[in-house]
Amino acid sequence: MSEAQSVPPSDTEFEDGIVEERLRRLWARRRGFWGALAAVDHKVIGRRYIATAFVFLGLGGLLALAMRLQLAAPEARFIDADRYNQIFTMHGTTMMFLFAVPVMEAMAVYLVPLMVGTRNIAFPRLNAFSYWTYVLGGILLWVAFALDVGPDVGWFAYVPLAGPEFSPGKRADIWAQMITFTEIAALSVAVGIVVTVFKQRAPGMTLDRIPLFVWAMLVMAFLVIMAMPAIMLASTTLILDRLVETQFYNPAEGGDSLLWQHLFWFFGHPEVYIIFLPAVGMVSTILPTFCGRPVFGYLALVMAMIATGVLSFGLWVHHMFTVGLPRLGESFFTASSMSIAIPAGIQIFCWLATLWDGRPRFQTPLLFIIGFIITFVMGGLTGVMVASVPLDTQVHDSYFVIAHFHYVLIGGAVFPLLGAIYYWFPKFTGRMMSERAGKWAFGLIFVGFHMTFFPMHMLGLMGMPRRVYTYQPEMPWGNINLFVSLSSLILASGFLLFFIDVVRSYRRGEEAGDNPWGASTLEWAIASPPPPYNFRRIPVVESREPLWDCGETLPVASGLRLDRRELIVTSVVQGLPEAREASPQECIWPFWAALATAFLLIWSIFSPWAVVWGSIPAAAALIAWFWPKGTPEDEG
Amino acid sequence: MKERIALDASHLPQHGMGSASPSWWGTLAFMLIEGTGFALAIIVYLYLMTLVPAWPPNAPPPDLGPGTWLTAVLIISVIPNMLVGRWAAKREMKKVRIGLVVMCAFGIAPLILRIFEFPALHVYWDDDAYGSISWVLLGLHTTHILTDLVDTLVLTVLMFTRHGNNDRRFGDVEDNAMYWNFVVITWLPIYGCIYWVTRL
Repeated sequence: MSEAQSVPPSDTEFEDGIVEERLRRLWARRRGFWGALAAVDHKVIGRRYIATAFVFLGLGGLLALAMRLQLAAPEARFIDADRYNQIFTMHGTTMMFLFAVPVMEAMAVYLVPLMVGTRNIAFPRLNAFSYWTYVLGGILLWVAFALDVGPDVGWFAYVPLAGPEFSPGKRADIWAQMITFTEIAALSVAVGIVVTVFKQRAPGMTLDRIPLFVWAMLVMAFLVIMAMPAIMLASTTLILDRLVETQFYNPAEGGDSLLWQHLFWFFGHPEVYIIFLPAVGMVSTILPTFCGRPVFGYLALVMAMIATGVLSFGLWVHHMFTVGLPRLGESFFTASSMSIAIPAGIQIFCWLATLWDGRPRFQTPLLFIIGFIITFVMGGLTGVMVASVPLDTQVHDSYFVIAHFHYVLIGGAVFPLLGAIYYWFPKFTGRMMSERAGKWAFGLIFVGFHMTFFPMHMLGLMGMPRRVYTYQPEMPWGNINLFVSLSSLILASGFLLFFIDVVRSYRRGEEAGDNPWGASTLEWAIASPPPPYNFRRIPVVESREPLWDCGETLPVASGLRLDRRELIVTSVVQGLPEAREASPQECIWPFWAALATAFLLIWSIFSPWAVVWGSIPAAAALIAWFWPKGTPEDEG
Repeated sequence: MKERIALDASHLPQHGMGSASPSWWGTLAFMLIEGTGFALAIIVYLYLMTLVPAWPPNAPPPDLGPGTWLTAVLIISVIPNMLVGRWAAKREMKKVRIGLVVMCAFGIAPLILRIFEFPALHVYWDDDAYGSISWVLLGLHTTHILTDLVDTLVLTVLMFTRHGNNDRRFGDVEDNAMYWNFVVITWLPIYGCIYWVTRL
């Protein structure tokens, strides 16, 4: 009898129904308030992350509308100069740090484990910690704004403006510490994504069978890992300059204000690709589904993504062409900036070839992708223009640059993201979004976007500078600004319709079924929304398009235990099974650790001793998190 | 979807060792993050150096004593550290326990020497940018030692409890040993900058 008990129960012994029942109990999420705080399921965390990021998109969007209201007429008096400074800083900061990067990582958190065929992300508790840190950083920034101490130094907080001499008070510190929050969050997720993709791919998923979305997220995660330390170093040294009088950015004592720009843009330029590469992955995944054929040029697309990632670290100086650097340096960075158009061009041609050779179904996700291709190509063209030093010198800090980066960021990342939400919403919720509302939303957003941002190119060429809270009636900018402001209402109404459609579909949308689009990747092999354990049995991958090639029957692996949360670990290159690994249960400590970290970081805006005393509760929470709980997952 | 059993995973070990373990890769990823941070801090040091005619600008070079002793301690610590890693791989509990206690001592010793290193710089963090970056480099690496020391202390206690005798914990000991080697390696270029670049 004792021997019979010592052999743990395995899924080979039971029928499917019983296996599912036992897995459901094993992976069950805890209920109630404390259960919600202890969640470690990547789908729960991913959903929260996505929803929170879209809330910040809404908030950032409202700020944009406030700016458009102020700029609609010359010498308007809706917003004063100080508030306007806070608003444009908050808009940029919110969109970059609280929306764009987190939402892309959030999509990875939800989808990567499903697409590689595993049961949870690697380091699920770190993932939960990441979410709480991110939310607390966002709250810090927005509470500060509500209290009229929102940062007012621009989203890149150039010194000396952001230094102790020209920005007394705590506004710049709020910005710098918000950076620390969001970068800790981003780095934590990045580690989870890299290890999930390296080690938790389904058996048989060799490197050349990894879905392109997953490739994109892998490259993005590496960019986060290599780029974010630069901004953390920058923001920390800025706080030190402001709090304990270090001299990093003080030219009188051997410091240098350009050092800030180098550090910021060494992060800031890869940041653009941290946002854009996930979009490349989304496009490369959605296109084949709606064209009914595998993507054209898989290998070329993977190589283009990696090349983009590598090149993105060699471009940062093109943000600094007007600061007076040596001519040779400027030429080098012009060349490297233009060279990134090569992988971008390869991607565009691969997508066009997929469309050309396929039989496109023009449903909402595909419409957003086509909108993306058109808009991104236009943004790319102005990108090649501003890569050239003379042209950049002419339009630097003008509305031309605003137009350019909204074309590449909204066109290049938000359009694919909206397409991706329409595409994966059925998987997230089990319900379809409305096709009719989706087409309207696309139309309004696409037309509204171009009407809002295209004229800004002209405004820039006509000399209108960025970051001005108003302009004189003698300037020839009034009519175009009014047109832009009115157009922004069309764009905003498109987003409003999108949000309404999301809420309505979540409640009453049509039932989706497992695979409503007839897609080929693994997340569509399971129920919508997926059960807590994702896969009843871990799939075995035999080709690049598993669901198109396997017919009605999915090859799977058996032999996993039913008394501890278990998944399969595979080798990095070939995806050969190496071990059955435990995946941790729900845990409250990541939440407490995030709270303790927030306490430390916010206190340290005011006193350097916070780092000493604040690290005690943080360390205690981390030790409690690490300490084995005696569960089967811990004891092996 | 219907399923077809294509692979039997029941024979696989219940925990991957070394590169088969996700924690091993997680440790590497964190090393990459921190390594990038250190590399950038060193680049900032060299960048600031290029801005002034003399380096250090307004101070004598730091005294070699404490920093060099600390370097020696760190280098020697690699030997017991490698042994702990090896013992952990062979699941030799008794040796692992002793080795971990020794490594705790090797974590505390450099922190004591570090106390003497800051005054040996002969410059304060708020004197000039040279002072700022020197203090930040030392401070960053002190945090590095301190974090790994806390990790080692917790692991040492853990290995004396009932939770210790388990593959997962031995894996943690191996990863911790790997991380300490990283702490030692990252110190060497910082040592070179602070003590020898100032003497060029």
